[in-house]
Amino acid sequence: MALRGNLRDFTITQLLNLINLACKTGTLVVEGPSETAKISFKEGRLAYAEIGNEDGSLAAVLHRAKKLTSGQYKSIRQGAAHISDKELGLLLINAGYLTQEDILTNLQQHFTDIVQRLFTWVEGFFHFENDILPPDDRITVRLDLENLIIEGSRQLREWEQLQDEIPSLDMALKFTDRPGTNLRNINLSVEEWRVVSYINPRNTMRQIANATKMNDLEIRRIVYGLLQAGLVEVTRQAGVVPPTPSVRVFQTDNKEEQKSLVNRLINRIRSL
Amino acid sequence: MQTVKMVVTGPFSAGKTEFIRSVSEIDVVSTERKISSSQEKAVKEATTVAMDFGRITVDDDLVLYLFGTPGQRRFDFMWEILSEGMLGFIVMVDSTRPETFREARSILETFRAYAPTPYVVAANKQDLQDAWEIDDMRHALRLDPKVKLLRCTATNRDSVKSILLELLYSILNEMENGEK
Repeated sequence: MALRGNLRDFTITQLLNLINLACKTGTLVVEGPSETAKISFKEGRLAYAEIGNEDGSLAAVLHRAKKLTSGQYKSIRQGAAHISDKELGLLLINAGYLTQEDILTNLQQHFTDIVQRLFTWVEGFFHFENDILPPDDRITVRLDLENLIIEGSRQLREWEQLQDEIPSLDMALKFTDRPGTNLRNINLSVEEWRVVSYINPRNTMRQIANATKMNDLEIRRIVYGLLQAGLVEVTRQAGVVPPTPSVRVFQTDNKEEQKSLVNRLINRIRSL
Repeated sequence: MQTVKMVVTGPFSAGKTEFIRSVSEIDVVSTERKISSSQEKAVKEATTVAMDFGRITVDDDLVLYLFGTPGQRRFDFMWEILSEGMLGFIVMVDSTRPETFREARSILETFRAYAPTPYVVAANKQDLQDAWEIDDMRHALRLDPKVKLLRCTATNRDSVKSILLELLYSILNEMENGEK
């Protein structure tokens, strides 16, 4: 039977476990909320991964890992765009820029990062294609899935806890009114500062995540820390009209009649 | 005939069904099922899976309905449905089980997002020896000083009455403040 379904019913961690145990070869295609990821496996091991429109070429991966300077990356893009990743890898090794280990380690890290991003996806569809293999010109790796599965389970637990703490990203944040608190005296990471700079009752957490290019897990992690430190609190987005319940609370719009009704309720409860 | 409703929510085993049972004039229409999970079974034998439903008739043309939500997260699809058109809501918290405080806080936030209606927090099982102090619970639940956190014993009718009255006072107060 085809391996396909919904992430709500079958998590990424469960899928990896299944692929690992069944020693499957092929590509897992996951259609997430805003992009699609393709993760390829060979005999139950991670071989290759790509996501959305992200440039997954060897040059781009090495550039992001700061193994290639912007100048080198630019000249490769311009002068050697036609050569495959495998050819580029050989060129870099032969020229003494990088070792084979450097290249494989960085690719492994890149593929692992993509898989870890999937752990935060709770909505989406997946299907496993036995006959789709990584593009021929790309370098593949052979990475055991056990560590990824353990890391995925850990992230899933963290994700569930953070979702309990911050159920909706559609709420906004505001600084708490605590006299004497000076943000300058608090050690915040670069990522935390980026979030802090957007904190305003007009911005929802989702908007902040989009502006700072963070995924749901990352923004929740940072907001949770700020909440625990008592620096911020969750608030309804300013300027947004609260949702009106689709069913009316009162049948009448007359304020006096509404108050009378509540007073009748009070008298009745008192008399119980 | 006008009907109004209040929602009683809170984590698993907080005392929601007992709360409604204490004041309802009808036998509470309950959707309890035997618990299958051994961890949850250690807390109680049966749990609400869809809703509890109680009624208080005010007079010939006004009835108050009390809806209790299922406490377990896997039934939370019912919450939004139950919250539609509510006059206000009560968050029940078991004062003896601090491990459920975080869940209570999360449920409170979820219901606040559904509808901006008044609410109170009922610290249930305050009659038990290992119940947390109200002030400690306020800190643990990260409640604003303006939020009413009230002592409660869900099996005691007078205690439940006082919670309902406090919620109604909050509703009245908000109506009056809204007019200013």
